[in-house]
Amino acid sequence: MKVVFERPKSLQPTKTHYCPGCGHGTIHRLVAEVIDELGIQDKTIGVAPVGCAVLAYNYFDCDMQQAAHGRAPAVATGIKRALPDRVVFTYQGDGDLAAIGTAEIIHAAARSENITVVFVNNAIYGMTGGQMAPTTLIGQRTETSPYGRDPKLAGYPIRVCEMLATLDGPQFLARVELTDVKNINKAKCYIKKAFEIQLAGKGFSLVEILSPCPTNWGMKPADAIDWVKNEMVKVFPPGVFKEPKEGNV
Amino acid sequence: MEKVLMKGNEALAEAAIRAGCQCFFGYPITPQSELPAYLAREMPKRGRVFLQAESEVAAINMVYGAAGAGVRVMTSSSSPGISLKQEGISYLCGAELPCVIVNIMRGGPGLGDIQPAQSDYFQATRGGGHGDYRTIVLAPASVQELVDLVYDAFDLADMYRNPVLILGDGILGQMMEPVVFKERPARELPPKTWATTGKMGRQKPNVINSLYLDPVQLEEHNRKLQRKYQEIEEKEARWEVLNGDDAEYFVVAYGICARIAHAAVEMARQEGIKVGLIRPITLWPYPKKAFEEVISRAKAFLTVELSCGQMVEDVKLSVEGRVPVYFYGRTGGMVPTAEEIFEEIKKMRGHS
Ligand SMILES: Cc1ncc(C[n+]2csc(CCOP(=O)(O)OP(=O)(O)O)c2C)c(N)n1
Ligand code: SF4
Repeated sequence: MKVVFERPKSLQPTKTHYCPGCGHGTIHRLVAEVIDELGIQDKTIGVAPVGCAVLAYNYFDCDMQQAAHGRAPAVATGIKRALPDRVVFTYQGDGDLAAIGTAEIIHAAARSENITVVFVNNAIYGMTGGQMAPTTLIGQRTETSPYGRDPKLAGYPIRVCEMLATLDGPQFLARVELTDVKNINKAKCYIKKAFEIQLAGKGFSLVEILSPCPTNWGMKPADAIDWVKNEMVKVFPPGVFKEPKEGNV
Repeated sequence: MEKVLMKGNEALAEAAIRAGCQCFFGYPITPQSELPAYLAREMPKRGRVFLQAESEVAAINMVYGAAGAGVRVMTSSSSPGISLKQEGISYLCGAELPCVIVNIMRGGPGLGDIQPAQSDYFQATRGGGHGDYRTIVLAPASVQELVDLVYDAFDLADMYRNPVLILGDGILGQMMEPVVFKERPARELPPKTWATTGKMGRQKPNVINSLYLDPVQLEEHNRKLQRKYQEIEEKEARWEVLNGDDAEYFVVAYGICARIAHAAVEMARQEGIKVGLIRPITLWPYPKKAFEEVISRAKAFLTVELSCGQMVEDVKLSVEGRVPVYFYGRTGGMVPTAEEIFEEIKKMRGHS
């Protein structure tokens, strides 16, 4: 019998705590598959965020550090500078990366820190129960924007890839939506590219993944995917924002 | 051995390199800026890492990452910067990561000024960040001791897997004194088998973490930390007693303040007042034993600080109400003269 589908070596044989229909589980799998395919499990160190993925260190089968809220890029900088021949990645949500940790991500990118960032944008704070995030869409209802996000009161959504693309440091910046098989494959392709750029010593790489949070959006999983496809992509257009000149994805 | 004349901040930096500090992460602030400047020059030459972070918050989190990766790492700052580092210090203690943190204190609160002070004593010895934790706090009184204690700081950090603070004031950082960099036999230290270096053939991944969602486990973790802190209290308290043999009165002071207080003690001795000086070298663990050894003949204690009265609380806790404890402090960057302290010594004798 031929095995056609199995758990990646770089994922622990354990159940995750993520809600049904959440994107985090899928994205974990993609990262683990990439680590396996590149054969770097033994020299990879991951940094887990504060947010729904706080327990990522229980799921990845590689060395992991758990960082304070938003500080993962600084922690990753410390690891990478101490051990430059290892592979270091952070896994961060939008609250973590685009609110409390804005300074850390911008400066890690500006230094072209040779790390890879997996950025999960679900337009909300998942873990704390659905508050407004910097990526919450105009008009989107959350626990702390109960009448819909009003830009007069709460400002506008932050587009992280576009913002970082103004810097010279980042070597690879791409956004993809986690909505169907084609895009899931594309997400994996981007993640692989991001790790390859680090392995080649080129510098900072980040992949932003538009991901559903059915629980806090108050939607059925299938509707949540439609909402990513129909609403989120309008504000956060998918695509490659920066890549090394010779590279194609 | 060769004696060299060096500024406190620079001597400290050189000692850190010699003690095996592999990475330094910092953010500029007066009066400690010569320290990162020295390391920016010297670290790359010697194959080490110097990085100026975007903030103190980032710097301490870089320390967290590098400490977790198993290398010797240091950061330095001054009072307002250390306040920003408190988030990271709590996480470092929670995750039991060894590192050295230098605070060359200035006047506060708030932006305060850039003159010397000792008003971060509470913050250093009581925590400052959230949760039940302790950091070892070393308080040098000369440039030579600044150098010597850096080696100890790295060893103690590795020994106990805990951050160690070096608490100096602006004068110590800025003053020039002759120093000798004594090569010391390395202390036997436990291997860093817990470090996240990549699995590198290891069966199980290593995890650096301070999250325990199960309250039973978190309480157990806290109890383990407390057992460690207790061991440190028993083994690592350090102090010096000067002019103490026949003393009936004692001045208690640390750091640069102890140097000035010692001059005052000498003045009092000239007038036949039997006074000695207790100089704590570790501020946590606090050297309570120093007080036990003299309490039977002590008539009173006078605490002198560059603050409105912080260490005096530890003196009172050590004396336990058995004899009076007086306090004299200057603040805001003002430094007492030996004459001022001498007057306070006479008052202490008059009162009791
Ligand atoms: C310093 C600090 N502030 C606030 C929190 C509370 N907190 C935990 S998770 C979170 C939001 C995380 O949201 P996001 O990064 O978008 O990740 P998600 O949960 O959506 O995956 C917040 C505010 C914290 N743990 N630490
Ligand atoms: S709350 Fe949202 S982001 Fe968090 S696990 Fe559930 S679906 Fe995923």
